[in-house]
Amino acid sequence: MISRRDFLQVGMAASAVLGASGFGNWARLSAQQSLTQDQLLEFDTFGNVSLIHVTDIHAQLKPIYFREPSVNLGVGPNKGEVPHVTGADFRKLYGIADGSPSHYALSSGDFSSLAQAYGKVGGMDRVATVINAIRAARPDALLLDGGDTWHGSYTCLKTEGQDMVNVMNALKPDAMTFHWEFTLGSERVSELVESLPFAALGQNIFDAEWDEPAELFPPYKFFERGGVKIAVIGQAFPYMPIANPGWMFPEYAFGIRDEHMQEMVDEVRAQGAELVVCLSHNGFDVDKRMASVVSGIDVILTGHTHDALPEPVLVGDTILIASGSNGKFVSRVDLDVRDGKMMGFRHKLIPIFADVIEPDAEISALIDEQRAPFQSELSEVIGQTDTLLYRRGNFNGTWDDLICDALLSEREADIAMSPGVRWGPSLIPGDDITREDIFNVTSMTYGKAYRSEMTGEFIKVILEDVADNIFNPDPYYQQGGDMVRIGGMGYQVDVNKPAGDRISNMTLLKTGAPIDASKSYVVAGWASVNEGTEGPQIWDVVESHIKKLGTVTVADHDNVKVVVE
Amino acid sequence: MKLSRRETLLLGAGAAVAAVLPLPTYADAVADAVAAFTGGADVADGGVTVDAPEIAENGNTVPISVSSDGAESIMVLATGNPTPAVATFTFGELAASQSGSIRIRLAQTQDVMAIAKMPDGTFQKASATVKVTIGGCGG
Repeated sequence: MISRRDFLQVGMAASAVLGASGFGNWARLSAQQSLTQDQLLEFDTFGNVSLIHVTDIHAQLKPIYFREPSVNLGVGPNKGEVPHVTGADFRKLYGIADGSPSHYALSSGDFSSLAQAYGKVGGMDRVATVINAIRAARPDALLLDGGDTWHGSYTCLKTEGQDMVNVMNALKPDAMTFHWEFTLGSERVSELVESLPFAALGQNIFDAEWDEPAELFPPYKFFERGGVKIAVIGQAFPYMPIANPGWMFPEYAFGIRDEHMQEMVDEVRAQGAELVVCLSHNGFDVDKRMASVVSGIDVILTGHTHDALPEPVLVGDTILIASGSNGKFVSRVDLDVRDGKMMGFRHKLIPIFADVIEPDAEISALIDEQRAPFQSELSEVIGQTDTLLYRRGNFNGTWDDLICDALLSEREADIAMSPGVRWGPSLIPGDDITREDIFNVTSMTYGKAYRSEMTGEFIKVILEDVADNIFNPDPYYQQGGDMVRIGGMGYQVDVNKPAGDRISNMTLLKTGAPIDASKSYVVAGWASVNEGTEGPQIWDVVESHIKKLGTVTVADHDNVKVVVE
Repeated sequence: MKLSRRETLLLGAGAAVAAVLPLPTYADAVADAVAAFTGGADVADGGVTVDAPEIAENGNTVPISVSSDGAESIMVLATGNPTPAVATFTFGELAASQSGSIRIRLAQTQDVMAIAKMPDGTFQKASATVKVTIGGCGG
C-alpha cells in the first residue's frame, strides 16, 4: 500500500469535522449576528470608474456551500505564490483570523463547522443586491461576466442555458466572455449570443477553417464611463477544443494568441482608450504570464481557475483580480483614470453571505420562475450525507470519491475516472442529497458514463498527460483543470518531475497488486471528449448508487501520494 | 507504420488500446535534415519568428507560421516526427515579405524549428514547443 510519509495527505480533508473544531474558537463566534450587509458593502467610492466582476457562476442561481481547496499546488515560478496558498497559510498571508467570516469564505479548514455558523453563500438574487448597491454609488459602473455562466445545473442543462441568460440579462451586464458555454454546441451558442443585449467578446475566438477572428465574437468593445474611454477586450478559455469536446463546436479555434492580444491593445490605445480592461477566462497563472508578455493592459479580470483573492496581484503595471466562482463573490474595482492613465485603484472582494445580504425581490421572482417547471425533479431527496461532500482541490475531493465509487459499483469496474473539473458546490454533514445537488456536480452535455478496457500502460499515459496539464512549469502549457480523479487505483505523482516521469507506483486497490503495463483493466468513467461515447448518464449512475446507500459516508481514500520536493 | 501517440490518444478514454510504443527521439534525422539544408554551416539563434499554438487543438493539423526578414529560404522541421523535414519556403527577390504558413501533423509533443538561409550565406533559427495532449479535464 501507499505509505503516508513525506507527502501531503490528500484525503485528509475528507474526514468529517462535524462537532469538532481545529481552532476551538468558532463556537464562540456571534457569526452572522456580527456581520451586516452594510459591512459587506462598505466601500469609499474612489476615482472615476467602477468595474463589477462576476465569473464562473456555473449556473448557481440559488445559495450553495462552496469549500475552497486545501491542495492547490503551484509549480515553476508559481510555486508558493497565490493562488497556490491554501488553508492556514492563506489566512496567515492575508492576516485573516481563524474562525472569521473571511476564513470561511476564502480558505479551507474547519469548513463544516463554519458552514453551520455562517450559512450558505451566493445566490444571484443576493448578487443582484450587491450590484444594485454599487450602481447606487456609481450609476455607470461596468458589469463584466467572465463566463462559465451557462453551465452547471439541472435547469441550465434542461433549458440549454436559457435560465441563466434570462437571469443575467436582468442584471444588465455590459460584456461577457466564454468557456463551458460552447459545450451547448455551436448552433445553440450562436442562437443565444445573437440574442444577448450586451457584448460577447473574445479576441482569441477564431474561425477554425480560415484562422481569422470569428465574426460572432468581436475582440473588444469601447465604453465611455465617468468621462473615461474604456476598452474591454475579451479573452475566452484558450483550450476549449482540447479540454472540452471540440466536435461540439468544430467551427471555432482558440489558443492564447498573446501576440494578437498585443495587437488589440495597441489598436484600442491608438483609438484613444484611456483604460484597457481584459475580461479573461485564461486561468490565473496564464493571465499572470500574459500580463508579463503583453504591455498596456491596466486590469485583467481573471477567471476559469476559480480563485478568490482578497487583494489584486500586480504584474508590472497590470492589476489582476480573482473573483472566485459559483456566485460566491463579487469584485468591485474602483479606478482613478486621468490623462489617459490609471493613477490608482481601490478593490474589494465582496463575499456573498446568503443569510446576510438581502435578496433582490425582482431577481428572486425571476429565478423561481426559471425553476418552477422543474421544481419536483429538482427537490426530490435521493439520500443523505454524513460526510462533507466537496470537489475543489488538485486531487480527489469527497464528491469525486463518491462518484468514483458509484462508477466502480454500478458499472462493475476495476478502476474509475472522473474529470478534474473545478465546479461543483459542497454539501455539509447532515444535508439531504437532492437530485439538484447531484446535477450540480455532474451536469454537462457529454455526461455519458463509458465502460471500457484499458491497458495499464494506457492508463499511465492518461495520468501523465493530465498531470502535465496541471504541473507543466510553464503556465501557457496548463489547461487550468485539476488532476483526473481516480477510484480503485492508487498512484504516486512527483509534481516537479518532467512530463512522462511524474506517475509511479500505480496499484490496483482491490488486490494491492501493482498495475501491469500490459494487462487490461475495466475502466469506468464519464465526460469523455470523444464523439459517440456510449453509456448511461453519470447523474443516473450516481443517483442509483446513492439510493442504494441511503446515507452516504465517504471514507478517507488516501490513494494519491503527492511528492512536492 | 507505427501507431503514433496522437493516434493513440485520439482513440481516447472510451476505447481499448493494444499498445503504446515508446517514442524514440529523432535527433539523427533532425541533424541530417539540418545538415542537408545548411551544408554544415553554423546556425545562429534568433532572427526567425515561429508562430505556433502552445497546445495543439488537433495534432493532425497544427497551424504554423514562420517568417524571417530578408531570408532567401526558410526550412520548417517537426523535430519529433519520424520524418522531421516538413517544408522549405523559397522567396524570390521580389517577394514582399519572407513568411509562410502551413498546417502540419505532429506525432507528439515536440519543438517545431525554423531555419532561415540569409542572402549572405549565413543561417539563423528559432523554435517553439507545441504540446500534443489528450486533454479532457479542463475545469
